[in-house]
Amino acid sequence: MTALGLARLQFAVTTIYHFLFVPLTIGLALLIAILETMYVHRGRDPGLRRLIDFFGRLFLINFAIGVVTGILQEFQFGMNWANYSRFVGDVFGAPLAVEALLAFFLESTFLGVWIFGWDRLSPRLHLLSIWLVAGASSLSAFWILTANAFMQEPVGYVLRNGHAEMANFFALLGNPQLWVEFPHVELGALATGGFFMAGVSAYFLRRELDVESFEQSFRLGLVVALVSSVLVAVVGHDQAQHLVTAQPMKIAASEALWHTSPDHAPWTVFALIDPTTQTNRAVVQIPDLLSILAYNHPTGRVTGIDELQQADVARYGPGNYVPPVVLTFWSFRLMVLAGTLMIVLAAVGTWWVLHQRHRAHPQFLRMMTWAIGLPYVANIMGWVMTEVGRQPWVVYGLERTAQGVSPSVSTTEVWITLLFFGGLYGAMGLAAVYLMRKYIRLGLEGREPSVEEPVPAPGWGVDLS
Amino acid sequence: MNLNVLWFVLVSVLFIGYFFLEGFDYGVGMLMPFVGRTDTERRAVVASIGPVWDANEVWLITAGGAIFAAFPAWYAAMFSGFYLPLALLLVALIVRGAALEFRSKDAHRRWRRTWDGLIFFGSAVPPFVWGVAMGNILAGVSLDRAGDFVGGPLSLITPYTVVGGLATTGLMLLHGALYLGLKTEGEIRERARRAAFRVGGMATALYFLFVALSYFYTDFPQKLGVDPGVVPILAGLAMVAVRFLLLHERYGLGFLMTGLTIVLSVATVFVDLFPDVLPSRIDPSFSLTVYNAASNPYSLHVMTVVAAIALPVVLAYQAWTYWVFRQRVSVRDHFHY
Repeated sequence: MTALGLARLQFAVTTIYHFLFVPLTIGLALLIAILETMYVHRGRDPGLRRLIDFFGRLFLINFAIGVVTGILQEFQFGMNWANYSRFVGDVFGAPLAVEALLAFFLESTFLGVWIFGWDRLSPRLHLLSIWLVAGASSLSAFWILTANAFMQEPVGYVLRNGHAEMANFFALLGNPQLWVEFPHVELGALATGGFFMAGVSAYFLRRELDVESFEQSFRLGLVVALVSSVLVAVVGHDQAQHLVTAQPMKIAASEALWHTSPDHAPWTVFALIDPTTQTNRAVVQIPDLLSILAYNHPTGRVTGIDELQQADVARYGPGNYVPPVVLTFWSFRLMVLAGTLMIVLAAVGTWWVLHQRHRAHPQFLRMMTWAIGLPYVANIMGWVMTEVGRQPWVVYGLERTAQGVSPSVSTTEVWITLLFFGGLYGAMGLAAVYLMRKYIRLGLEGREPSVEEPVPAPGWGVDLS
Repeated sequence: MNLNVLWFVLVSVLFIGYFFLEGFDYGVGMLMPFVGRTDTERRAVVASIGPVWDANEVWLITAGGAIFAAFPAWYAAMFSGFYLPLALLLVALIVRGAALEFRSKDAHRRWRRTWDGLIFFGSAVPPFVWGVAMGNILAGVSLDRAGDFVGGPLSLITPYTVVGGLATTGLMLLHGALYLGLKTEGEIRERARRAAFRVGGMATALYFLFVALSYFYTDFPQKLGVDPGVVPILAGLAMVAVRFLLLHERYGLGFLMTGLTIVLSVATVFVDLFPDVLPSRIDPSFSLTVYNAASNPYSLHVMTVVAAIALPVVLAYQAWTYWVFRQRVSVRDHFHY
């Protein structure tokens, strides 16, 4: 594998892994803040407090991995993508620095205050600290997406001295791509939190354990899951329509649309794609749906890959401007499938809750627990489609991914770090999953008997004192 | 002062904040397996930095972000040039964060022992790597005309840079011991005090060795960008004073002194560097400076406005948390970790 391929693999692995933890942090922080608001306003009901502590424990296990894998994100642009950093650092670095200054400090400081401050702060100040954590984690998403939106749709810059220089900060903030991307990611995170809370609560409802408490968290989680699953699809639709004009090649690839569509563009549900011959077999299509998705109207041509490739060659010079079609196509479909199941499950659940029948359906409760995985599929597949569909560009229309890699880093070096980070992430993931399961099963009481003495061993026989 | 210089100062301030604050976190982490003889004692040691370590680490993240935003060419050259050491640093930071959060979440002996070992590893490696990195930056690195590092990973390890790594590690160990003196009580505090005595002499000696070697391995005595004057001398004196303050159990003042040593030393490094940010050993004209590595004036201007508003607020609420958690940690506490 080339250094470029390895660097891309490493970025994919570390970033996807990081994003397994981020949405739950954002979504669950908000849900816990809502629970604590109820707690403070309902005369500090001890049942709610135990619920907060329970979900707080799970939140912290997840948060720990999210934070430590986030450190790498701040540095790996310089490590593996030095030429990219030189080319866009002037524009791209600013949102990252602002994110750290405005969001990371706030989030980590007040999370410490929240964890350790139960006995030291007034209830209102303590409540404020979890709202600050929730706000800061969403704010952090906003700034990092400002940076990502620039990669999708560069705005507010001028090309000077061989690199992109920031010309208008407010243009970065007003990037149309940002305003379809940020709500989509934020709502996806809320859905992740909602399904997590509902799914974990369903586990206890099915076993008739602490029903009174988990009934509350089940309902809260379900409402958030339903509202955000529906809205995430709505803004996702907006985002797709924006792509039709902003990144037509990404849309064409996500539809495996090798040739420009007829006036009534059908939407492909399934196809066996052969990129070498640029043909699709065993195609299952829904008439007119692609036109509707693209233009909210049953007629309207969607430009195909061949035509876009020719236009790109004319504009940017010879080269292949087609992203990996199979991956883009299927990641989009998996995201849509997961999202559709989320809406259906949340809607059915809400209907049954309204009619007080949800606890009569243990199979449904079991499905809700398994459904915790659905938002994860949707989140990751959405990002795969977004980032893979932008190829061969790292910054759309400005710099190709191959041009961004670090010239001074050898293949061996990337192999070493890839194996190290891969092994480390795998081990940490196992530890986190182990703890998650354990603390879910321990239930509301949560505390296992703390072992007193004798645990210590490291010290390695050295007496420092 | 133009914006390029201002951002150089701001980056130095962020690094000073990072080394001062995470410095004692690292020291506490390194000392934890030694001053905590029982599991409860270890939990108390971890609890002494529990509410603050994560926020302290954000100083590093912010420094990284600030370098990226203000000096992209420096960010690109340094992080791709110091590739493997930086990866090691990141592995240590990742492992350490997970270990601090996870160690007390399960009661198995092997579980806790493993994470305790990792807390030590994750706390000892970062100061060492930063010391090596600072040695390299001071001595100059093999930067070519394009600003790319062409030296190979082994060229980063020299006697001078290794001494830099050890000196930094020793200094932070001492800083952490004094922090424990301030924040704990009873047995733990007494062991931390004795540990400070044991490592203090060595740490001070390494520190002076590093300063002395700087005269042989770097060209700063000849080309001082700005005369740091009495700053390094004060730093050295502060280091010496710690021993006397420890004798009289003046932990607060002692902690202030190790803190002062860190602040003044990091300041000296940056003052010495100026106007370079990454000097080239191949040809001084290839060196990255606050001018040729910087973002355009507009970008720096925007960042200045954001930082001017945000930094004072950050400082205020971080200081407030230290006030909220000002009490000493005791083995009788109820631990969240």
